[in-house]
Amino acid sequence: MKRYIDKGAKVVDGPRSPVQNRPWTLKEKLLLGFTPKEYLGQAVRNPLNWVAALILLVGLPVILSRFYFGLGFVTHASNDYPWGLFLGFGLFSMVPLSASGFLLGTTVEVFGRHDFEPIERLALLNGLLGYLFAVVYLLADLGQPWRLPYPMVVSWGPAAVLFLVGWHVATYLSVQMAEVSASFFEWQGWPRAKAFIRRIALGLTTAGIILSTLHQGALGALFTYAPGKVHPLWYSEEFQWIFFFCSSIPAGLCMVIVASTIVKKTMAWRCDARFLENLDRITLGLAKGAAMGLVTYATIKLIGLAHDNEWGYLASGFGTLFLAEMTFGVFIPISLFAYAVRHKIVAMARFGALLTVLGIVFNRLNTALFTFNWKLYPELPHIGETIIVVTVFTIYLLVYRFLLYRLPILYQWKAELVPVDEAVPAPKLVKESKTPVGEVTA
Amino acid sequence: MGGISRRRFLEFGAAAVATTVATSKRSHATPNFEGYPEGMGVLVDLTKCIGCRSCEAACNKEHGLPKPEKPFDDLSVFDERGHSGQMRRPDETRYTVVNRYEPTQGGAPVYRKIQCNHCNEPACLTSCFVNAYTKTKEGAVVYNPEVCVGCRMCMTACPFYVPGYSYSSATNPVIVKCNFCYDKRLVNGLPPACVEICPQEALLFGHREELIAIGKARIKAEPDRYIDHIYGEEEVGGTSWMYISSEPFEELGFDTTLQKKPIISNVMGFLGMVPMVLAIWPALFTGFHLLAKKKGGEDGHDSERGEGE
Ligand code: SF4
Ligand code: SF4
Repeated sequence: MKRYIDKGAKVVDGPRSPVQNRPWTLKEKLLLGFTPKEYLGQAVRNPLNWVAALILLVGLPVILSRFYFGLGFVTHASNDYPWGLFLGFGLFSMVPLSASGFLLGTTVEVFGRHDFEPIERLALLNGLLGYLFAVVYLLADLGQPWRLPYPMVVSWGPAAVLFLVGWHVATYLSVQMAEVSASFFEWQGWPRAKAFIRRIALGLTTAGIILSTLHQGALGALFTYAPGKVHPLWYSEEFQWIFFFCSSIPAGLCMVIVASTIVKKTMAWRCDARFLENLDRITLGLAKGAAMGLVTYATIKLIGLAHDNEWGYLASGFGTLFLAEMTFGVFIPISLFAYAVRHKIVAMARFGALLTVLGIVFNRLNTALFTFNWKLYPELPHIGETIIVVTVFTIYLLVYRFLLYRLPILYQWKAELVPVDEAVPAPKLVKESKTPVGEVTA
Repeated sequence: MGGISRRRFLEFGAAAVATTVATSKRSHATPNFEGYPEGMGVLVDLTKCIGCRSCEAACNKEHGLPKPEKPFDDLSVFDERGHSGQMRRPDETRYTVVNRYEPTQGGAPVYRKIQCNHCNEPACLTSCFVNAYTKTKEGAVVYNPEVCVGCRMCMTACPFYVPGYSYSSATNPVIVKCNFCYDKRLVNGLPPACVEICPQEALLFGHREELIAIGKARIKAEPDRYIDHIYGEEEVGGTSWMYISSEPFEELGFDTTLQKKPIISNVMGFLGMVPMVLAIWPALFTGFHLLAKKKGGEDGHDSERGEGE
């Protein structure tokens, strides 16, 4: 990609081709303005694509076999461990890491912090894709995935926390679709649709806050159904939902930092100056928020330990695991963030964010899998299950990249002057670069 | 402008409330009963069980389950060990199993039959998001495979590790568990097949309340023989199947650390909070938004306004 751009190629970043002076066709937009040959050429040259192809080559047949031969074919078919990696990673980890959408939405739309706007769309997309793939993992895990809509349309079990999770994830997914669709409408050239989304943005955001608070917490509350099975160090009847909700805040923020770092390193050509110039400042801002979230989380964790008087367990092997999780996933990141924010060391904040993300995944896996059934025996995921998880994650990354390449997420869509017959005012013309912080971005 | 966005915002709040209204309603509809008074149960006297496995065979026949590898009179199954030394458990091929335990104090081995305990306030029932389970007035906890999505939440929730899943089926996997012979026997007032066949009368079928009285009477009559506890009288809110024993329950694979209150009570705190979030959050965040806007004069770049320019 970079190679072409260095040679002076123009990537699609607005409705019209500056060279031919006519609107881009859909095909051109999809190929970013390159010829098919050029596009294919860069794809083949990218070694990451080869890795992805290899993973898909191995993984897709395994996914097919899961549906053809049943769950027992790719899992240990355990009656003691009904939930494995699909939910432990796919649902319980992906959802907190996707809290980014509602967090940045709240920051920008509700709290009016427009200085975070350059990253808002990345956060929204990160949220949408995370939830979407959480559902994909869920479909892989459900015994009868074709019955997924049953809790909505066939039989209601409103007494169950999972009922709330199901409804909220479904509703929130549509809310996020709507939020992200603004970029799609720009790209498609449908200003009215986009203007409509902008008008209801605040409503969408607030719906997002409500739904997120509840289902992030609900994922934790699910474990209070199994009080004797979750290890006491990861369990608290009163605080479980607060643990999960609270930790989803640093999780979501740090996931945005990690995603933006990768983006900056691997596809800087797609980012505009507004994104790149503001990124360091925004990263430190997010790190600050994440640090506060982590401090709150750590405090509640300690209160939980003291409340249930679980100090004794710290001396056991589980205690070591717990301390490792807290040290690497919480305490070290807090110190890194504090130092990084004070001395403006962005790289350090980025490293802290990576640790936090891994720490959250570790926490969810510990709760759902590694220390679950601590009185029975430890369960290690089946190889088939692991391959599917990796494959689906690869697809997630490919979709993520596909959208980032195209939609105006990392760059601003160049607005057109209002055509005469256009009833709805087109988005305000935005200068290509050096947009001051908080400049109208629409 | 503020007014418009507030109204829009409230509309959305209302939509969010609508989607969750069923959820908030439920917190009042908690099945907070102590079981049905006319509910039936079974009292298992572990001192009488000789480990003949007749009940396993009767259950297999009654429900037309697959023929097991080893015949039911083969007692070597007691030495079978699964993952990490786990004893046999109910699964998709068997609703009930009998296991043998060697008391640490020495003495004769104790045999224990495992099946669904038919809890008064079942964790499986209350955790299922499609309401696949029903606690019948006769005391049975029955499952409806027609609506089950296969999330296996009920397996996670059951404190006794009872429900099994037919993982081997690709097209119609379902939960498999003891149903108290509900449809063919219990509704007609008949005892389940296992109780009927037991040659030792180790299994006693009757009204739950009466069984508790009988259990207490047996313990009182022979305090040296029995541990002074009816397992299942109070565990997780009480169960229809209960046990009395001469050996400490924890040595026989029973979880003696279970809470007394029903499992559903653990999630009440969270569920009770749901309506509060629905009621308070919209107002709270509208407030935040209006505050932010007022003092936002310094940037004046509300993206919403930018749209109309
Ligand atoms: S023992 Fe388990 S499966 Fe049976 S009713 Fe109780 S919770 Fe449900
Ligand atoms: S596996 Fe079936 S019965 Fe069990 S909780 Fe899920 S939907 Fe309900």
